[in-house]
Parts: sequence; C-alpha cells; structure tokens
Amino acid sequence: MAGARHEPLLEGRELRHSYDGRLVVDVESIEVRAGEVLALLGPNGAGKSTLMRLLAALETPDAGRVIYIGREVAKDDRRLRRAAAAVLQPPYLWRGTVAQNVEFGLKARRLPANERRARIGAALETLEIAGLRDAPADGLSAGERQRVALARALALQPEILFLDEPTADLDVTVRRRLLADLERVVRHAAPAIVLITHDPGEAFALADRVAVMEQGRIVQTGTPGDIFEAPATEFVASFTGAEFMLNGIVETAEEGTMMVRLDSGQVVEAAGDCEAGAAVRVGYRPEDVVIAPPASPATSARNRFDARLARLHPQGGLVRLRLESDGLSLEAVITRHSLEELSLEVGARVVAQIKVTALHVFPV
Amino acid sequence: MDLLADAIRQAFGLLFSGDPYLWRIIGRSLQVSSSAVLLGLLVGIPLGTWLGLARFPGRGVAVALVNTGLALPPVVVGLFVYILLSRQGPLGALGWLYTPSAMVAAQFVLAAPYVAAITLAAVQSVPPELRLQARALGAGRWQALLLHLREARLSLMAAVAAGFGAVISEVGAVMMVGGNVQGETRVITTAIVLETRRGRFATAMALGLILLAIAFAANAFITRIQQAAPRRRRPLTS
Repeated sequence: MAGARHEPLLEGRELRHSYDGRLVVDVESIEVRAGEVLALLGPNGAGKSTLMRLLAALETPDAGRVIYIGREVAKDDRRLRRAAAAVLQPPYLWRGTVAQNVEFGLKARRLPANERRARIGAALETLEIAGLRDAPADGLSAGERQRVALARALALQPEILFLDEPTADLDVTVRRRLLADLERVVRHAAPAIVLITHDPGEAFALADRVAVMEQGRIVQTGTPGDIFEAPATEFVASFTGAEFMLNGIVETAEEGTMMVRLDSGQVVEAAGDCEAGAAVRVGYRPEDVVIAPPASPATSARNRFDARLARLHPQGGLVRLRLESDGLSLEAVITRHSLEELSLEVGARVVAQIKVTALHVFPV
Repeated sequence: MDLLADAIRQAFGLLFSGDPYLWRIIGRSLQVSSSAVLLGLLVGIPLGTWLGLARFPGRGVAVALVNTGLALPPVVVGLFVYILLSRQGPLGALGWLYTPSAMVAAQFVLAAPYVAAITLAAVQSVPPELRLQARALGAGRWQALLLHLREARLSLMAAVAAGFGAVISEVGAVMMVGGNVQGETRVITTAIVLETRRGRFATAMALGLILLAIAFAANAFITRIQQAAPRRRRPLTS
C-alpha cells in the first residue's frame, strides 16, 4: 500500500509457542519491514493473533527470538512496546469518554498535557470521530468503537502498528468505510503495519506482503500477486479462492508446463514442475473459468471444454455456474450482465476455457 | 402494639433532641466500623486482586478459604481475638482488650474476607484482555493493573459497602472484646442489647432505627451499583 522500504524493522526467528501443551506458533522466520503493510492471513486458529502477540512483546515465546532494529527483544521490552501499538480484537475500550480512552497511551508515555490534547484532536480528526470526543465510550456502536481503538493507537504515532482483525464483527457497509479510511490513514501515517486477518480480500487489498498461516506455521510469504498467481500449497490456493480441486496424473512435464490427465479423462495443460507419473491435484478459481458461446473462436486459453450448463446459482451481482463436460464438473462465476448477454439457462451448451497459468498443480 | 408505637415515637424524639449519650454511641460505632473496613480494604483489595488475577498451585484452596471467611461467626471471631489480646495471649502486651482497638481488630477479621471475596469477583469480571490492550498501548504492568482496578471500581465500592454492612450490625465480637464500657467501647449494637435489658425501649429503638438507616444506606448503594452495571455490558451494534 504505502511505498515500502525494505530494511527489517522487526524480525521473529524460530518462534515456538504452546498453550496447554498444544503448539500454536511454529514459525522459522518472519520479518516486518519499515513502512510496509504485512498481512498475517489464515483461518481461525492458525496462530495469527498469538504470533502477533509474540512479535509485539506482549507474550514471551517458549522458544525463539524477536529482534527489533537489530537487538533482541527482552521480556516486557519497553523499547519495542513504546515504539509499537496494537489494536486487539474485540476493541477493548474502558470506562470514560472517547478522549480519555485515546489519552491513555499518551499518559502512559508521560507526554505533557498540551501535546496530549493536540494528539487526541489530530487522531480523532483522522478517524473522522472528532464529534465523539466527549461521548462515553460505552455508548458507541461497533464501528465507532473500532475507530476509537484505531485513534487510540494512532495517537501514539507508533513505528509499528499491529491490527488484529480490525473489521471483524462489522456489517458490510461499516466495514467497507472503515477499510477505505484505514487505507487513507495508513498512507498518511506510514508506520509499518502488521494486519491480522482471515479475509484474503482484505489482505490483498491492503497489504504489501502477505504471510499465509496454517496450523501455526507460515506456509507462504509474498506479495499479494505472488500468493494469488502462484499459491505454494493446496491450502494456500484453497484459502485464497482456488477452492475447486481436480485429481489427476501428470502425463508429460517439460520446461515448466505439464500435461495432466484428470480422473474424468480430459487432459489439461498447466504450469509447474511435477514429475511425469506423479499424482496431483489441480486447483482453479471459478472466476478464472471463461464462458463463451458454443463454436466461438479459439482464444489464448489452451484448456477448452465443451460443456452443458447444469445449474445456476445467483449470488448478488454475480452468478455461479455448474458446468458438466464428459464426467468433469467445473464451477464458474460470471456477472449477471454476462449471463443475460449470453442468454444462458440450465441445459445450454457453452465452451469453458481456462488459461494454463490459471491452473495450480499440487503433488498429492 | 402500644409499646412498639410508643417506643418509636420516643425514639424519634430522642434522635432529634441531640442526646449526647446516643450520639456518642453512634459516633463510636461509625469510628470503629469505618476503621475496621479501612483496614479490611488495605488487606482485602490486594489479596482479592492477587487471588483474582494470579495463577498458582493451591489457588483454589486459597479462594475457598476466603469464601469461608464470609461465614465466620462473629462470636467465634470475638473469642479468637479475645484469646489473642488477653493478658496471657500472644498480643496481650498491647493492652488492647476492652478498648476500641480490640473492637477494630475483631471487626477487621470479619470485614477483610468480604472485601477480598468481592474484590476477587470484581477483578475477574473485567476481561483479562483489557490489561493486554493497555500493555499494547505502552502501559507498564502496574499501569495496566491500575486500569484493571479502575474498570472494576464500581464493584470495589460494593466491597466497601458490603464490608461495612457486615461489621456495623454485628454484636457478638465487639461485645466480647470491647466489653460495652460506657463512653469507651459502647457501640450501637451492644447498646441496643443493654438498653433492651434495662427496659429502656425508646433508646434501644432509636439506636435500632439508626442502625437500620445505616444498613439501608449501605444496601441502597450496592443496589445502585448493581443496577448501573448492565448498562456497560449492552450488546454492540453498528
């Protein structure tokens, strides 16, 4: 999002942490670079929040080290804790007014009263809640509470800002507005941000880099483009939207492309380097399946299937299609507009096309 | 019935006449019980906070002991403190027996478990993540702990009221260790016993009404806190 610089500000090395004998974080290496937005993306229970707490020196790892600007972080490290701020989930506000909440961290840092006043005013303005300054915190809506929690952290002008699921529990409209404001705020303040989220869309929209977590481990780190285009594992592919998998065997493999015979009998061409004869799973995103009328001219997509439309499932502005092609079932997503333009209805014949690079192959 | 109505009428007359005997007893009661509750707070709040937040082997037993303290019979506490302060007792050298100090000591033993138990429940009612959030904003451990107690402050005030209510109305312990000496260790409850025995029902009733008023004020305070609490926990809406 912001122009990321590349020196590591915060690093975690060989971090292990357990709760009640269950290993919840097992991370070889992670780094947060100055000015970047790093998203920790994963399902519930993947260890994201625990990793965040270890990196923020809010908990001490069972093993491993956290390094802040080249120096190992000690237990309750004040240097890091004064440079960082975190917004936990849910946003815990305490009794008192909005201004008193925002003032808390400033008082903890023993800033003079005039500076505290100025920072409170600026933070509330930035989050567009200046009108709530003297409102009691326990009377706020969920969206307002989240904004106050963000203002409370931003007022500290942190070098690293940890945001744990900042849009959880918000309805769609409030969430959309908060995300837009968050992006603006981050551009303006430009701290390094560690964003915890289970929403790939949120991670891809806000982050410069994404670390995908599964069962306490980081299974892939890269730019949103890297993660989206080349998911490293079936889990990453599935979690980031390529949730449909086809089983097959690699027939030939050369120069980064493979011919894979699917269990349904069709042969598809896909990018990757599995060996010939290997059993694989082929994943695709339904939005990468292009639908065209029958006998339409060939395109650059090498994988073409003559198919019958078996089912239509409207989803707001989009429509999910189930296609059947000689024993192969495919899912596709098109807009309502495209559906009308193609005059599609159940039973219609279509051509389904998928690019070589849109198929993600994983060894079984 | 006439006796009761007559006693109540005379009691109000005594209360508004400014009878020094009556007001000295009321003053001594408030002084002894307030001192005991203050000491109870000094011990009970840190103890309750520690038991509420710390995790250590045997914590369950310690919590059970504190809760047992809520059911301590005042006469048993009086006996225990009497033995401690009697001339042959380990604290006999203090010379406190039959003085207000002995009464404060006995009432302190009764008040401290109330304060500790209510403090324990109060600090546990605050989400522990609140302290984590405070530390995530740069607060030290003590700053975060103070914030935690501040969040529990309404319930802590209930601890004060409950402790005070428990000791102001007890008679067994203060009678045993104070001796009900006029002008020295006579308090409302011991005076009620004495005046009733003497057949001075109006004085006993006046003291009883004062005691009821004090108990009512303490309980009204708790009720007000309890009714204010749900407003804080209202469900979130956006």
